[in-house]
Amino acid sequence: MRKYFGRKIFVYALTFFAAVTINWMIPRFMPGDPVQSRLARASLSNPEASQAMRDYYNSVFGLDMPVWQQYLNFWGSLFKGDLGVSIWLFPTPVTEVIMDAVPYSLGLLLPAILLSWVIGNKFGAYAARSKWLDNTVLPVGYVLTATPYMWLALLLAWSLGIVGGFFPSSGAYSFALRPEFSWVFVSSLLEHWFLPFLSLFLVSLGGWAIGMRNMIIYELESEYANYLQALGAPRRLIRRYAFRNAMLPQLTGLAVQLGTVVAGALLTEIVFSYPGLGFLILQAIQNQDFFLLQGVFLFIVAGVLIANFIIDIVYVLVDPRTRIQMQGGAK
Amino acid sequence: MTRNRFRFLIPLALAGLVATSCASDTGEGDAPAGNYPRAETLYTGGTQWGPPISWNPLDTGSYATGTVGLVYETLFLYEPQSGEYIPWLAESGEWTDDSTYELKLREGVEWSDGEAFTADDVVFTVEVGQIETSSYSNLWQWLESAEAVDDHTVEFTFSEANYAQWANWLYFNAIVPEHLWADRSDEEIITGANEDPVGTGAYAYETHDQDRQVWRKREDWWATEALDREVAPTYIVDVVNTSNEAALGQVLQGNIDMNNNFLPGVAQLVQGGYGVETYYPEEPYMLSANTAWLVPNTTREPMNDPEFRKALSASIDMDEIVNGVYGGIVTPADPTGLLPAWDDYIDTEVVEEYATPFDTDEAKSILEEAGYEDTDNDGLVETPNGDPIELSLIVPSGWTDWMEAARVISESATAAGINVTAEFPEFNALVDQRNSGDFDLVINNERQISNTPWTYYDYMFRLPVQESQTTVNFGRYENEEVWELVGELDRTPVEDTEAILEITGRLQQIHLEEMPIIPLWYNGLWSQTSNTVWTNWPSSETDNHYLPSTWRGYFQLGGILMLTELEPATGE
Repeated sequence: MRKYFGRKIFVYALTFFAAVTINWMIPRFMPGDPVQSRLARASLSNPEASQAMRDYYNSVFGLDMPVWQQYLNFWGSLFKGDLGVSIWLFPTPVTEVIMDAVPYSLGLLLPAILLSWVIGNKFGAYAARSKWLDNTVLPVGYVLTATPYMWLALLLAWSLGIVGGFFPSSGAYSFALRPEFSWVFVSSLLEHWFLPFLSLFLVSLGGWAIGMRNMIIYELESEYANYLQALGAPRRLIRRYAFRNAMLPQLTGLAVQLGTVVAGALLTEIVFSYPGLGFLILQAIQNQDFFLLQGVFLFIVAGVLIANFIIDIVYVLVDPRTRIQMQGGAK
Repeated sequence: MTRNRFRFLIPLALAGLVATSCASDTGEGDAPAGNYPRAETLYTGGTQWGPPISWNPLDTGSYATGTVGLVYETLFLYEPQSGEYIPWLAESGEWTDDSTYELKLREGVEWSDGEAFTADDVVFTVEVGQIETSSYSNLWQWLESAEAVDDHTVEFTFSEANYAQWANWLYFNAIVPEHLWADRSDEEIITGANEDPVGTGAYAYETHDQDRQVWRKREDWWATEALDREVAPTYIVDVVNTSNEAALGQVLQGNIDMNNNFLPGVAQLVQGGYGVETYYPEEPYMLSANTAWLVPNTTREPMNDPEFRKALSASIDMDEIVNGVYGGIVTPADPTGLLPAWDDYIDTEVVEEYATPFDTDEAKSILEEAGYEDTDNDGLVETPNGDPIELSLIVPSGWTDWMEAARVISESATAAGINVTAEFPEFNALVDQRNSGDFDLVINNERQISNTPWTYYDYMFRLPVQESQTTVNFGRYENEEVWELVGELDRTPVEDTEAILEITGRLQQIHLEEMPIIPLWYNGLWSQTSNTVWTNWPSSETDNHYLPSTWRGYFQLGGILMLTELEPATGE
């Protein structure tokens, strides 16, 4: 057990290190100088001030140091929990910028991922047993899962938002409100949340349903199912076993899918002008905001790794074979 | 400003767990129930491209929309449509001799914390310029001292009377309260977030979030009593831009009363009965805000040859850009590049004699005379030495209108035999190339309208050329004589139109003969307004002619007066 998790944790730590290093490097290899473009946007009329400002910002952001030192400083402050100051939103600390956006992103992602997984699996399992459901769920599922996140988002925003007018098509809550725990505010929040959530939910849903349907059919035709049937076991029992076995690949799939869903959320947030991490990433790239980009990616990488780790643990709990393997001296 | 702590929790709480929502208003803060009544609220958009993060009027590039204008105010306003300086926090000001300027301040003005506005505040603000990183640090190269004579009089002594620049400073820069700012460090003053803005203006901070900035009207604004002016909206909600598409949607749904984005196809919006209005009901729809220039890098061959630059200028089919690319919402620039507001300073005789309007044949013959010939018969000219010419014109990727315009320029230059290709690097990369002089041709429009054509000539001709040209003279054009003239223009009193015209005429002649920078078109003061909630918007049809804009630097140009002219829509 310890060996299993020890190895897992080592792999995760390595992945984390590599991912964070790459995140650190990539924006720095992009052409252009973030400080200069920041100043260009400020369009100062006075060249002397512009030069002085440039020197000032370069020293504030530590960009006047050699690159290797910047890298070491980055790890140093990271361990102190300091992600630096955003260049684009100077003088706001990166942590603050991210903490403002994270609740919105999580509020979209968690329900979308979990609900689509649970409902998709249920649907798929049902579909495998009923002819007419199979004939409807399968094609719809294929269409949904093949839909690019952004396209579905645009479609929803246009049809239900702009043309239909049932839901607002942009923002997090009405511009006429202040955040507070009142019915008006919460319902406004929900209204704005619904469309982005729906678009993420629908795209993921199709994939899970198809996967589950195929797995169930495969399991129902396997030897043990036939054997159970021959023994005269009730169909419900067989299905339960099939379902449990079919769940395992779906769990692994969930871990793999997480990254894609986060990327999908990025586009969805941009389409709906939803103030989550996606919008931040876009802006950070456009403004070459090294520190914000690092921070956001760090957050996402950590999030995906933690989620994968949790799924690893869950896997051990649900699949007795892994458990036995671990206890019985996995070589 | 206290941030709402539980704001973070709200979306989380929504993750399927919402149940506790029946709790009645436990409203934090002092605002009434958090609802801004639609009829009293003005929704604006088009300035802010990221969360509001600074309320520091001295951080001119990043303050939240309205920080200068709505909260912090300037000594004067300058109204470009009438060319008038309007005393604002100042009551009057005059040059008592060649080196002294005496400023009388308005009495009875109070900061929103109740302290009186005095000469000390003005002196403090001017002295901020002594900090090297201040946006007006160059002021102190020719200003010697600023002294408070009494509570409401300030005397400025200059080593050199740069009238034009001084007039510009007076209306452009906002005054900050000395009693709150004096203890701050230099960094704090220049780049601090100033999270509790205390100003003299018509509005005060209400709240902000990532996607909005809300201002609330101050009932005791000085101008109500002193000038009988009152701003109409009780609340101003400035919506953060995410994209032009989102902005278009908000405008169409009537959620934004005034939008200052560039919205492609605005002609159809105005004509199509969507309730969207612009300053002019027909072409060009918009007022002009700045000139877009084609900047040749004059340190490179063949752009170092004035004849070549003139030929390039003559080759550009501006009508195709104006009508084809913009659908008529911009106008071709005057050959001098000066904005329509500066018509008085254009020497028409000089223009008539020296201008090189669009004419492909003329461009060809200028090239031929100067020795540029097509020696290898590919339809494109070579330099007099016989070297091939391959120029690239860069505009930022994603600026679709400019990208199209660049293609038009490339095509029409090629028609005249000049090989120009349009390229679209990322904005950041472009800034890098532009500032370091590593380009052939670039389009730029960073100088906005102002009180004096001096700002434009400064932009065109400023010397010395530095290693990194960050704001002006990107083409690195060096001409001592013309820079001397620009200085002379600066030292001419701003009311003396005749003397100014005399100098600008000479400048225009040199500009047209040398063509170091090629004027293209006037970018519009993009403004789309809706009559659903507020009426009497600035328009050529009404009495309200103030500039309809919330852009940074435009409230001082009469934007604040525009707000006082608005009227609530009556009827249904």
